Amino acid sequence: MLLSLFTDWAFLLEKLTLVVAVVSIGLVVAMYSTWAERKVAGALQDRPGPNRAGWFGLLQPFADAIKLFSKEDIIPSKSNKILFVLGPGLAMLAAVMTSAVIPWGDKIVIAGREITLQVSDLDLGVLYVFAVVAMGVYGVMIGGWASNNKFSLLAAIRGASQNISYELAMGLSLIALLFLTGTLSLKGIVVGQQENGWNILYQPLGFLLFLVCAFAECNRTPFDLPEAENELNFGYHQEYSSMKLGFYLFAEYINMFMSSVLMATLYFGGYDIPFFNEAASTLNPTILGLLGFGALMTKTVLFILFFMWVRWTIPRFRYDQLMDLGWKKLLPLALINMLITAVVVLVKEYGWPW
Amino acid sequence: MQSLSNRAKQIDRSPMNMWERMYLPAIVKGLSITMKHALKKNPTIQYPEQTRPFAPVFRGLHVLNRDNEGRERCTACGLCAVACPAEAITMEAAEREKGEENLYREEKYAAKYEINMLRCIFCGLCEEACPKDAIYLSETFAPANYNRRGFIYGKDDLLIPNPVTEKEAYEKAAGGRVRKEVTVTADK
Repeated sequence: MLLSLFTDWAFLLEKLTLVVAVVSIGLVVAMYSTWAERKVAGALQDRPGPNRAGWFGLLQPFADAIKLFSKEDIIPSKSNKILFVLGPGLAMLAAVMTSAVIPWGDKIVIAGREITLQVSDLDLGVLYVFAVVAMGVYGVMIGGWASNNKFSLLAAIRGASQNISYELAMGLSLIALLFLTGTLSLKGIVVGQQENGWNILYQPLGFLLFLVCAFAECNRTPFDLPEAENELNFGYHQEYSSMKLGFYLFAEYINMFMSSVLMATLYFGGYDIPFFNEAASTLNPTILGLLGFGALMTKTVLFILFFMWVRWTIPRFRYDQLMDLGWKKLLPLALINMLITAVVVLVKEYGWPW
Repeated sequence: MQSLSNRAKQIDRSPMNMWERMYLPAIVKGLSITMKHALKKNPTIQYPEQTRPFAPVFRGLHVLNRDNEGRERCTACGLCAVACPAEAITMEAAEREKGEENLYREEKYAAKYEINMLRCIFCGLCEEACPKDAIYLSETFAPANYNRRGFIYGKDDLLIPNPVTEKEAYEKAAGGRVRKEVTVTADK
């Protein structure tokens, strides 16, 4: 495998192109999420949102980027400078890395070469996602710690404990899903859904738990305690300015995009086109692959809009309520869900034992 | 105790029931409320392009009026300055020379006329005090400037465009408030 990596230049080129494409799609979606967020906020609050920069304010993200870049980049004198710079980078890295294992589509054919629209079909794809998501906490934690500011530190600790708490329930709700699919590979999960129908039909409670946990993992309202302005000034990125702050904010939107993709992949059939049998179709595989990608993106965008809809509806949880919900409600529910799924799967496989 | 206005609402502090504690129904309700707002037509007025209609009593920045032939009406009598509670108005009078009859309506006119818009409270008493229909509060508002000096409006800022030579600009500046068709003759 490693040898072929160095000998097969076409393979290397293919994967490189794919990585660049996937990351840039992620960045563009994140960029326009900032625009969409304001538009959605505007719509829900009876106002138009940004509409001056370009048609419908479509150039707003560029204006924001120019503004952030042209701001003074301040590094506090008492901060830990290496970690201070590392923080936003780590947050961004963790946010982008998830995209490697997500199947963005089936496959397309270019010049007789079959290209799978997935950077890497890891056998333990779901575990990889979890590992990377857990790494996202470091960005927040390191940034908050290195700022040498008590509010940043408090916010970072809150963020870290919140992420870790909700990862548990998230993991357990996923385990129930994995009982059903029997594979950790995300591609395998999607293929299974194409054959048996979407997982949301079998795991409604699991999906609900996953959804709530995803909100918490992305630090989105109602779980945006690391950024509780009224308690912590500006949260863990209090001391950040210029593009370092931009990186943190951007990482959050990429996180939201990635978790939307993940939810679409795990529970809503990924690149499966609804009410359409891919295996039996006679369409050109390239067109089919692109259609599948379109289907995945449509689902993702709907999820992102849902994220925003919720954000501009629900107020923030109190910290004790957050922990209460995570440990006393979601975790037991996830456990029960897991148990029931396990029993059903076993009974289906081996029959009723008594 | 019975409240006097009868508008006080009793707060229900009974513990939440199972349905309420599930939290999700409440979230769905909240989401439906925000969605209703999303579907509503929004009442925003795109300001510089669109403007709100003014009330007939709106009092904006002042204009110094001209008569139908484009002559300045002000005679620098000083009644507006006396009426002004904020003492925002100053002026200097001058006598009309021969050959200036097409510029000034009467023998005396204001050579200098200044209103300090930072002092002005836009009460409209100057307009009421003026016996010559010379000063009106227009529908222009929100003056902006880089320094305080700029807010002292002189005659060049205040004078309404000439109705004979710049009819359109005159109509725009006059708006709905300035009385235009004045039939009072000079010899009366």
